[in-house]
Amino acid sequence: MTADTALLRQNAQEEAARFPALLARAEQLAGTVLLGEHGRRRAGLGDDFWQYRPLRAGDSYRHIDWRRSARGDDQFVREREWQVAQSVQLWVDQGASMRFASDKDLPTKSHRARLTALAVAILLIRGGERVGLTGWELPPRRGNQQIARLAELLSDEGVDDYAAPESRGMLPHARAIFVSDFLGNLEPVEGALTKAADRGVRGALLQVLDPAEEAFPYQGRTIFESVGGTMAHETLKAGDLRGRYLDRLAERKDRLARLARLTGWHYHCHHTDHGAQSALLWLYRAIDGSHG
Amino acid sequence: MTLFGVLGFTAPWLLLGLLALPILWVILRAVPPAPIRRRFPGVALLLGLRDDEQVSDRTPWWLLLLRMLAVAAVIVGLAGPVLNPQAEDSAGGTGPLLVVMDASWASADDWRARQTALDALLTRAARDDRTVGLLRLTEPETVRFQSADVMRTRIEGVLPNPWEPSAETVERALAALPEGAFDSYWMSDGLARDSRDQLLAALEARGTVTVFESPRSLYALEPARFEDGAVQITAHRLRPGPVSEVTLTGQGLDPAGNPAVLVRSPVTFEADATTATTEIALPAELRARMTRFEIEGSRSAGAVALTDDSLRRREVALIAGRDDREGLELLSPLHYLSRALEPTAELLDGALTDVLPANPDVIVLADVATLSPGERDAVTEWVESGGMLLRFAGPRLAASDVGRDAEDPLMPVRLRAGGRSVGGAMSWGEPKAIAPFDEDSPFHGLAIPPDVTVSSQVMAQPDPSLASRVIAQLADGTPLVTRKQVGQGQVVLFHVTANADWSTLPLSGLFVRMLERLAVSSSVGEGEAQDLEGTVWQPVTVLDAFGRENEADTLPGVAGEDLANAPLGPDLLPGLYEGEDRAVARNVMGGDAVLQPAAWPERIAVEGLSRPQETPLSGWLIALALALLAADIVASLALSGRLRGPRAGLAAIGLALLTLSPQYAQAQDTTDESRAVAATTDVVLAHVLTGDEQVDELARAGLYGLSQTLYFRTSVEPADPMGVNLETDELSFFPFLYWPITADQPIPSDAAYAKLNEYLRSGGMILFDTRDGDVADFGGDTPENRRLRQIAAPLDIPPLEPVPADHVLTRTFYLLQDFPGRYAGRDLWVEAAPPDAELVEGMPFRNLNDNVTPVVIGGNDWASAWAMDENGNPMVPVGSGFGGERQREIAYRFGVNLVMHVLTGNYKSDQVHVPALLDRLGN
Repeated sequence: MTADTALLRQNAQEEAARFPALLARAEQLAGTVLLGEHGRRRAGLGDDFWQYRPLRAGDSYRHIDWRRSARGDDQFVREREWQVAQSVQLWVDQGASMRFASDKDLPTKSHRARLTALAVAILLIRGGERVGLTGWELPPRRGNQQIARLAELLSDEGVDDYAAPESRGMLPHARAIFVSDFLGNLEPVEGALTKAADRGVRGALLQVLDPAEEAFPYQGRTIFESVGGTMAHETLKAGDLRGRYLDRLAERKDRLARLARLTGWHYHCHHTDHGAQSALLWLYRAIDGSHG
Repeated sequence: MTLFGVLGFTAPWLLLGLLALPILWVILRAVPPAPIRRRFPGVALLLGLRDDEQVSDRTPWWLLLLRMLAVAAVIVGLAGPVLNPQAEDSAGGTGPLLVVMDASWASADDWRARQTALDALLTRAARDDRTVGLLRLTEPETVRFQSADVMRTRIEGVLPNPWEPSAETVERALAALPEGAFDSYWMSDGLARDSRDQLLAALEARGTVTVFESPRSLYALEPARFEDGAVQITAHRLRPGPVSEVTLTGQGLDPAGNPAVLVRSPVTFEADATTATTEIALPAELRARMTRFEIEGSRSAGAVALTDDSLRRREVALIAGRDDREGLELLSPLHYLSRALEPTAELLDGALTDVLPANPDVIVLADVATLSPGERDAVTEWVESGGMLLRFAGPRLAASDVGRDAEDPLMPVRLRAGGRSVGGAMSWGEPKAIAPFDEDSPFHGLAIPPDVTVSSQVMAQPDPSLASRVIAQLADGTPLVTRKQVGQGQVVLFHVTANADWSTLPLSGLFVRMLERLAVSSSVGEGEAQDLEGTVWQPVTVLDAFGRENEADTLPGVAGEDLANAPLGPDLLPGLYEGEDRAVARNVMGGDAVLQPAAWPERIAVEGLSRPQETPLSGWLIALALALLAADIVASLALSGRLRGPRAGLAAIGLALLTLSPQYAQAQDTTDESRAVAATTDVVLAHVLTGDEQVDELARAGLYGLSQTLYFRTSVEPADPMGVNLETDELSFFPFLYWPITADQPIPSDAAYAKLNEYLRSGGMILFDTRDGDVADFGGDTPENRRLRQIAAPLDIPPLEPVPADHVLTRTFYLLQDFPGRYAGRDLWVEAAPPDAELVEGMPFRNLNDNVTPVVIGGNDWASAWAMDENGNPMVPVGSGFGGERQREIAYRFGVNLVMHVLTGNYKSDQVHVPALLDRLGN
């Protein structure tokens, strides 16, 4: 009993110890991108000045900006930019295949994926958006509390080798970000994207790959095992497989890109030996630039 | 053993294993390498991909070759290959074997190699079960045949002698030859000798003779000569050959009095020349300090030329009375003196007061009667400190009152007024001849030419002491030369003039020899026999065959004529001999000696040292196999893709370290800096590492115990002690070094000695502990004692004395009377107090304000008494019962006092001034 609670507590502490690290790294990464509130580029409810326009019939006198109107004979109405909070939903692959790094100096794919996702979440929340996860677990909300909750949930680890995207609970016309290595079955991805497109959800696909997966630098007689250990493939000459493997990988990337184009998503392939910042910038632009 | 040319195998049948290699090749080729299990997320993309061909990656041919080579190396290595196997030829035979050794100085240079060769010979003889006898031609003893194994234990102690076998010793050797037939193995020194033929014939009559001769070039030095203003040295070599160069070093005392190499000069042998001469120009002062010349790298007495007074030119000041007869050179009182002395001495001119500060060896006063009181005092002081005053009579001296009534300190005898003339125009009688010299006269043995006559002289006053002061007299018994000792010096009076006015003595060669005998001048070159006749010379240092100098205090004196002419032998060793007032060196090579290689008849087999050594190759081959296997590991890793990135570099470096230079695996101690910090943060006691693990550990434990004692009892709080390697470690961090002496510890290198001397000069203290207080009484000799003497000889150690009762060591912290360690045996020696230390009235101690004694020498094994383990328990029993514990306590107290003395100097000694200081301050 005592041992159980102790173990639980120890695990909890171990787990908890990871959020601040991830959070801190993500905050630090987000700090490198300086962004303001992004307006909707049209008049509406909001705090920021958008334009003065002449008074039209139907405008209430209450809306006349007296200070501007007093400078001339015409009456002007001060319009504010329409600011609206956007909902962004994240899905980060928790599959075992993400827990792989070909070199001890490189981060694992899942680390990179979580870091990038959390950093973009921080940026978005600072920009006034609501951010959550796909599925029912964490609906989009604002505020720092939400960042902490995101960090916590992103740190979960899945058991399956390859995880399928969670496409349930997507809000209509929201944005979505899928981060994965997309090395598993592509059917669920396709389904999720189609479903999202049906609901008017657009977003970004970020494929995170290890350089070894891109280069396939293996030789000799080898048994390749998936990280979860459920799949294995034995070859006598690993070097000979390289060409065909790379063909398959290119084909897969191509398929993802085509899929993204069809559904109005953005697709990008990121390698863990490159800086996390490039992925973050691309991701942020992809979400931001897709606004009307 | 099976032989294949220069290669032999001890187990040749194993080589059949090489036949299995092709089979191994096929097997290795067929077996694919083991698969690697590798995590790879992209495996989903690989599923369904088939290998193009169903054959696995074959092991590449070069890797197979590598493995084959490794296996082959193991097989060949186990077969026991031997390079240059010794065929059973040279020492073949069954009968007894007689080893004849010249054992002269000429074989000393490669004595070690000879011993090795002899050892190999004896090993083979032991294998063949032969008995072996040994005969040294320089010191023949009756030959007894013994088993070769017994003989092997003795060869380490067989040493060459610094002389050559003479006809006489060969005679004795012939007499010592055992009866019956035997084979002979003659280890020759390579020098031609007449006596060889006779002995060779005798040996051949008994059995076969094999001669062993070293092909090494033998060098020898002639004595140094002083000619044309430079030191001339001739070097010889045994065999003519191509142009070669050897380095000549001249050793002597440096200005501080320590032995040092003063000059170094190359000597070049022209092609086909056996001699080469070099000229070394040296200032007179440096020349006088030279003690020996030697050929660098040559370890034989022949390559050493000891120098004697012939290089040293004495400084002679010539002072004459007033020169009133200007221009008449032949009548000048100094003319004959300067002619006689010029070739061999440095002459000083000038007024007496001017030459005295130059401290000449000799001052000649020719017909100088009176000196001013100031001059007299100065000259007296100079004579007392070892100068030689040589006076000549003359009209002025005869007319003066010097030494008339009382003996003048600067006159050997009292003089009668006027002197006398014999054989002149106005007198009767013939000019007097000189009587033969007495036995105890320094001139004894000099031949007196008949034409030397004396016509005038000053007369000595008869006196009880006169007889003992006369060293030469006329035929009628009147003194001609008188002498007396004054302090360390002497005053000599020639009762005649220094020119030819009163006698013909200055015109004769006898005059020059008399001056030589008086050491006014030094002879040029070797002393000649008649010159040395009748004198006895005491050896000062003698050389052994290796050219090392040994003290010769215990050897008997040598007659002068023997010294000049007799061949070297057990009674006449090469070395430096001291006569009455000068030193003569007898070197191995005389002035006219030549080195002549020995010629052996055709029928005699001559072996050389250069015979290729029997080299077992197994070790190398198996090491090669290991290296190949290590390479195979790396290559296999690289092939299977397990070796990527930085790991490859590491592996390569590791492989290089492993295979190429295992000795570098012992990484250099890179913690020098942290060691320095540790040594200087606190006071650290240190002990010198002797190389004997047990002694070192005990010394460490002893210093630990002492450190603990200091920590608890005094305000000195030392950190843990350290061991110090003299060769590599910095000494200046440690105020105190404990140096236990073991009988076999290595002599430190020159660099280490320089460091030690620097340490001693800059205030460090070394406690030498011979740890033999139980067996060595005062003056007794133990191996540790001898080692200590060898170790301490080059150290800059001041004069020592046993600790006086008022030494500051007796009261730096505790009041102590004796200084026991584990033993309470011997005296403790410290730096001697200055001779002028005085006891002030009313003070218990002498007024000693000198430095801390740089060395403390004793043998009471203090470390054992101090030794303490981590828990504070003593590690070594001292004495028994309470008395022993008391002794241990006193030992600790001694340690405390010693460290206090090191750290506070003579603070306690200064306390004798306290009353005076209080007096000055207070009232």
